[in-house]
Amino acid sequence: MSFAGPLRRSLIPRTSRTIASRYPCPKRRCFATATSATSEAPREPEGTKEVPMTVGDGGAGTIRPVRQRHGSDRLVFPGAVNSKFTNRLVFRQQDPSKAIDTYRVMDTEGQIIDETHGIDFDNMKEQTLKMYSSMVTVSIMDQIMYDSQRQGRISFYIVNAGEEGIAVGSAAALGEHDTIYAQYREAGVLMYRGYTLDEFMAQCFSNCKDHGKGRNMPIHYSSKKLNFHPISSTLATQLPHASGAGYALKMERTPACAVTYFGEGAASEGDFHAALNIAATRGCPTLFVCRNNGYAISTPTLEQYKGDGIASRGVGYGIDTIRVDGNDTWAVYKVTKEARELAISQQKPVLIEAMSYRVSHHSTSDDSFAYRARVEVEDWKRRDNPITRLRKFMELRNWWDQEKDTQLRQQLRKDVLKAFNNAEREKKPAISKLWEDTYDKPTKDQQSQMQEMKDILERYGEEYDLEGYEGGKNGVVPKR
Amino acid sequence: MRRKAVSSILSQVPRVQTASSRPLAPILAITPASRRYSSHPPNAKLNQQVQFNTSTYLSHTTSTSLANPELPSSIRTSGNTSKLNLYQAINSALSTALSTDERAILFGEDVAFGGVFRCSSNLLDRFGPDRVFNTPLNELGIIGFGIGYASHSHANTAIAEIQFGDYVFPAFDQIVNEAAKYRYRGASEFNCGGLTIRMPVMGVGHGALYHSQSPEAFFAHVPGLKVVVPRGPVQAKGLLLQSIRERNPVIFMEPKILYRAAVEEVPVDDFTLPLEKAEVLAKGSDITVISYGTPLYTVELAAKAAKEMLGVSVEVIDLRTVYPWDKETVFESVKKTGRCIIVHEAPRGGGLGGEIAACIQESCFLNLEAPVGRVTGWDVHMGLIFEQFNVPDVVRVFDTIKKTMDY
Repeated sequence: MSFAGPLRRSLIPRTSRTIASRYPCPKRRCFATATSATSEAPREPEGTKEVPMTVGDGGAGTIRPVRQRHGSDRLVFPGAVNSKFTNRLVFRQQDPSKAIDTYRVMDTEGQIIDETHGIDFDNMKEQTLKMYSSMVTVSIMDQIMYDSQRQGRISFYIVNAGEEGIAVGSAAALGEHDTIYAQYREAGVLMYRGYTLDEFMAQCFSNCKDHGKGRNMPIHYSSKKLNFHPISSTLATQLPHASGAGYALKMERTPACAVTYFGEGAASEGDFHAALNIAATRGCPTLFVCRNNGYAISTPTLEQYKGDGIASRGVGYGIDTIRVDGNDTWAVYKVTKEARELAISQQKPVLIEAMSYRVSHHSTSDDSFAYRARVEVEDWKRRDNPITRLRKFMELRNWWDQEKDTQLRQQLRKDVLKAFNNAEREKKPAISKLWEDTYDKPTKDQQSQMQEMKDILERYGEEYDLEGYEGGKNGVVPKR
Repeated sequence: MRRKAVSSILSQVPRVQTASSRPLAPILAITPASRRYSSHPPNAKLNQQVQFNTSTYLSHTTSTSLANPELPSSIRTSGNTSKLNLYQAINSALSTALSTDERAILFGEDVAFGGVFRCSSNLLDRFGPDRVFNTPLNELGIIGFGIGYASHSHANTAIAEIQFGDYVFPAFDQIVNEAAKYRYRGASEFNCGGLTIRMPVMGVGHGALYHSQSPEAFFAHVPGLKVVVPRGPVQAKGLLLQSIRERNPVIFMEPKILYRAAVEEVPVDDFTLPLEKAEVLAKGSDITVISYGTPLYTVELAAKAAKEMLGVSVEVIDLRTVYPWDKETVFESVKKTGRCIIVHEAPRGGGLGGEIAACIQESCFLNLEAPVGRVTGWDVHMGLIFEQFNVPDVVRVFDTIKKTMDY
């Protein structure tokens, strides 16, 4: 075998790591290949081993014997290595007056609160306009698509109102090789990364240009090109995927991280626990971005958890955690940038809790006024909004004015409607796509089932709506 | 049949994480022949002990092992085999997979010290802690992590271990809704085909409710997955290597009672065996018996008894891949014999036997001389002290052969 023995890693975080600049990395040194440097490590004599300490080192900790000093104020329990004894019986409690702080860069008027934010705004005019434009595009697309669902032109939609800043602010801080595993209310991430309006529309209309070949419900986007994994409806399942993808990046020595988005409701799923714990123990460069918008459909957060939000949990997993104002796009940007830096340089996960308010209904299948007062929503809309805040920020710098805004919105509306109309006219994918991609190759059973369907369509074609599908009834091709 | 004392294995492993490297003497001890909860009845004529060392379904010599036509010619002419039991063969396959694929990782609960069934022995030392590692005790996390690793790149290979098939259910959502559907919903732009999920399954004599289950039927209802059950060491190595290299998620179920009991001459070098192909283990003309995993050896004894006592010639088929299964081989056999029974340890209701019987009925209707029989676990859970009454034993297989022949 040309594969040498174990790679020894010290507990000291690697500072000068050999990383190739491109993915996939041609010189992955993390995968053990035969090098003279990795020879057999000397074997420890039996009986001197203790449980490996794996402090954010992904389980490759050093193993050293522990000696207990007489009269010590603590025992080294393997399960809690640095816990002192106490003779005061006190149950630990959360102090409700000391919730974790919410990080902010600018106030609701777009004013920078403190100049120590470390963002080079002067050189970011272009990027700021791109961020603003992405957010506005999402909100305009949302309005049009919401109405189109109401007219029965698409089957379903979910808007992003009030949370555009979280998606766009974080996306602006990421690199192109950072892999995204999203929930469903993060259209701004795709918009900022360059997903085209045609791509959004193709997906919602399930036409032949849809990356998902018309199989998924609307808003379940995916993009290989943009490193954005296909969205699934199952809540929180993507969290452990992001841990595993982070580990893959670590093994490749790719200087990038995996990023996953989820709501505060999804954080109640077991997958949240599984994902954060394994990311911490394996030292995965993964960013967990929680959108805490106050509601999971009709369930308010006071029925979702009793602790201090989601952020308070991160610390319990040994994960660096921060809470941020989700309506402050700059705060989200800054926090994501720092978190990314931390995750990649120290090879460990970071948890970000972005606070916001779900201004919209949960989806087109939900009337949120059945469980919350209209006045509460209106109040929120008036009080704070990520798009308005960023616009005020730009106006204060004379980067933006009412005229530019009106122009931009008119143009975007035209663009969205054009893409909308084009997408609506496209054919649906061929019926064969119902079977394809279940496996890498169709099974024999699938072949014969396609043949069965073909036969049915031959004999009962008029009973089916075949018109809109590529190839019509001839679109079933049982190919070997 | 599973009362063979020496063949009995550990199984009652406490589910605690251990990082010690002590030999597992107290846990892995061979139980004495006198154990009462699964002893061999002295006057039994049919329910004999399985003699793995003489079973014709295993290759006991180098020449029989290398005569297997499915092996590549380079392996068949090499002359290199070594005597391995099932866990050693799995170990050999894992070792081969890790050394031939630098992007392969192996992980799960307690795999680092060699695994509670010793399948990953010495792999940590050879491939390092980055590629062979323990995970927290969380099945959905193990599978979710594996999906993420595999979905990151088409070239990534994730070999996940679930400590017992009985504990796969917390990961059911990840397997059914994510692993199985990843390629489909990502329209092949994304997939997690590099994922293989290994798990010990089936009875072990004293595993009771949560160390005995055969959950294959749950997964054989999910398009996008493949489910594989080997019968012995050679099969285990070849099928596992193929499962790992396949770019489809595969659930690989290892019959745990065979870990130590089944011993074969296994080719030393790298080879694979085909998935979705059944194997005819014994030619016969009167009745076809279809099975997979542990019960095949019961079937072997029952077929022998049927030959001696009834003069019935039994054709035995090992499905190997239970989903998607090899219909052509099965139908061809049933069309020839006109009679058929299916044997599996899992409960009858909703078991694979029902699916196989229905397909045979559809495709071999005019050839059938009798109803398709099913010899399975009862529709109960594996009560500890009652295992001998719940697994399909030689008596029940023999009796069903007899009834089917007399129909």
